[in-house]
Amino acid sequence: MSDSETGTIGQGVTVQRTGEHGAFGGELLTVNFGPHHPSTHGVLRLIVDLDGEQVKRLTPVIGYLHTGIEKQAEALRWQQAVVVTDRHDYLSPPINNLAYALAVEKLLGVDVPPRADALRVIMCELTRIASHLVWLGTSGIELGASTMLMYCFRERDTILDMNEEISGFRMHTSYIRPGGVMADATPRFMDMLDKFCDKMPGNVDEYEALLTMNPIFRSRTIGIGRLPAEDAKVLGATGPMLRGSGVKWDLRKNMPYSGYENYDFEVPTSDLCDCYGRYLVRIKEMRESVRILRQALDRLPDGPINVDDRKVLPPPREELETSMEAVIHHFKLFTEGYSVPAGDAYAAVESGRGENGCYVVSDGTHKPRRVKFRAASFVNLQPLERMAMNHMVADMVAIIGTADTVLGDCDR
Amino acid sequence: MGIEALAESLGQNILTTTLGKLIGWGRGNSVWPLQFGLACCAMEMIHTATASVDIARFGSEAMRASPRQADMMIVSGRVSQKMAPILRTIYDQMPEPKWVISMGACASTGGVFNNYALLQGVDKIVPVDVYVPGCPPRPEDLLNALMILQERIKAQGITPRS
Repeated sequence: MSDSETGTIGQGVTVQRTGEHGAFGGELLTVNFGPHHPSTHGVLRLIVDLDGEQVKRLTPVIGYLHTGIEKQAEALRWQQAVVVTDRHDYLSPPINNLAYALAVEKLLGVDVPPRADALRVIMCELTRIASHLVWLGTSGIELGASTMLMYCFRERDTILDMNEEISGFRMHTSYIRPGGVMADATPRFMDMLDKFCDKMPGNVDEYEALLTMNPIFRSRTIGIGRLPAEDAKVLGATGPMLRGSGVKWDLRKNMPYSGYENYDFEVPTSDLCDCYGRYLVRIKEMRESVRILRQALDRLPDGPINVDDRKVLPPPREELETSMEAVIHHFKLFTEGYSVPAGDAYAAVESGRGENGCYVVSDGTHKPRRVKFRAASFVNLQPLERMAMNHMVADMVAIIGTADTVLGDCDR
Repeated sequence: MGIEALAESLGQNILTTTLGKLIGWGRGNSVWPLQFGLACCAMEMIHTATASVDIARFGSEAMRASPRQADMMIVSGRVSQKMAPILRTIYDQMPEPKWVISMGACASTGGVFNNYALLQGVDKIVPVDVYVPGCPPRPEDLLNALMILQERIKAQGITPRS
C-alpha cells in the first residue's frame, strides 16, 4: 500500500491509510469480519486492521438490521406502539415495554397499582435471566464450551414457557403496557415461578462448575479486553460492561423505578475490568435476579393490575354487557386510541445490557410524535476498539461476546 | 456364481428403487442449514437446535457457518435494505441444490414493519420454498416447515430445480 491511500470497502465504508507499518516493518492488513459471521452475535460487521495477528484498529459498521422501529412507532397509536418496542432489543422485550410504558405514564400522570409493579418486576427479572442465558450460551460456544448452549437454553425454555403462560406468547410478550400489565398471573404461572426460583441457583452452580475454574476458559478471558473504569465511564458504557470495570452503577439501585427500592439485592461488581470480570458480574446478576424473583413472589400484593382509568385501558368484559358508557369507552379506545397530553418524557430502566432509555414526545394526539430509544448495545459498542486493541483476532471474539451487543437493539 | 445362485444367496435382503428416489431420500434426511441468524427468529432457530426440540432427529443439526457447505438457508428475521445484497450473495454462494425457508412474518412479508427500512418479503430476492408464519414462530413451527421441505425434497428426485 502506498503512503496515503483512501479505499472504499463496499457499501459506503471508507478506509483511510497513512502509510502505517507494523512492529516488524510489515504492512497492516485490513480484514473484513461479518456481517455474516458465526461469532458476531447477529449481523455486526467489523473492519479490522491487523499487524500479523494483532488488532491495531477496529471499526464497527452497523445498520444491517435497521428496521425503522422508531419511525414505525410514530405511525402507530400509543397502545399499538408497545408491539414494536418488543422487537428492538429482542432478548429483553418486557424491559423495553417497561421503558416505554414508564415514559408514557409520566406524560399521562398515572401511577400503576402495586400488584402491577410487582408483576412488572417479575417479568423484567425473568427476562434479565433469559437474556444473560443467551449471552452465556453463545459466548461459551465461541470459546469452545459447546455444552453451555444446551444447558443455558434448557433454562431459557423454562422462562419462555412462563412467558407463554402469563401472556400467551413465548418471546414478544407485549406484557407491560402503559397503565399496567396485560393480564394477571395465573396460579400455574405462580407454580412455575416457584419451581424456577428453587431450581435456578443450582443450575447457575452447574454453569459455574463448567466455566469459572475451567483453565481454558480462564486463559481465554482473564486479562483479555481490559476496560479501565475511567474509560468505561468516558465511553458511556452501562450495565455489566460498567460493573465489570468496578463501577457500582445500576439504575435499579441508583434511580429506582417500579418499586425496585423495596427489594433486597446486591449490585455485583468486579475489579478485574476484563472479560472474566464481566462474566462473573453476569453470573452473579443471575443469582441476584433469582433473589428478587423470590421476594416478589412471596410478597406479591393483591389488588388491581391496571390503573382505573377508562380513557387509557378498556373496561372489564363484564361491564360491557351492562353499561352503555363502558361500550362507548371501549369503542373509542379501539377505534381512536387515547390521547396523551403534549410534552416530552424520558424514562430509563436497567436491561440485561445496561441503561435502556425511552424518550417520547407527544403533540397531544393519539399517536406519538417521536419515540427514541437509548439503546445500551449501541453505546456499548464504543469501547470495543479500546478493548480489542493489541489483542489477537481470536481474543476479539471473546471481547465481542462479553460486550453482549444485540444488533436489533443497536440498529433499531 | 450364476445369477440364480446370487439371487438365492441375497434372498429378501435387497431392495430395489429408482436412482431419483434414493437420492431424494438421502438429500431429504440430511438437509444442512446455514447458520445465519438475523433477528428475533434466530433465537427460536437456536431453540430448535437445542435439546428440548432437537432438530437432530431430522438430520439437520449440522448448522454450517460457510454457505459452501449448506443446503438450506433459514432466513430467520427481518431483512433490511442494507442486508438484502449480502443475503443474496450468501445465497449465490450456496451449492445447488439449495432450499430456502422464510421464517417469521418479517422475512415472509415485512410483518408489522411496512416502512422504508425493510425488504417487504425475502422472496423478492431469493426463491422461497416454505414460509413459516409467526412472530417469531415457535420452534415446533420451524420443525414442521423442515418436515414439509423434506417431503418436497424427497419427491423432487435427481434434478430439483430443472
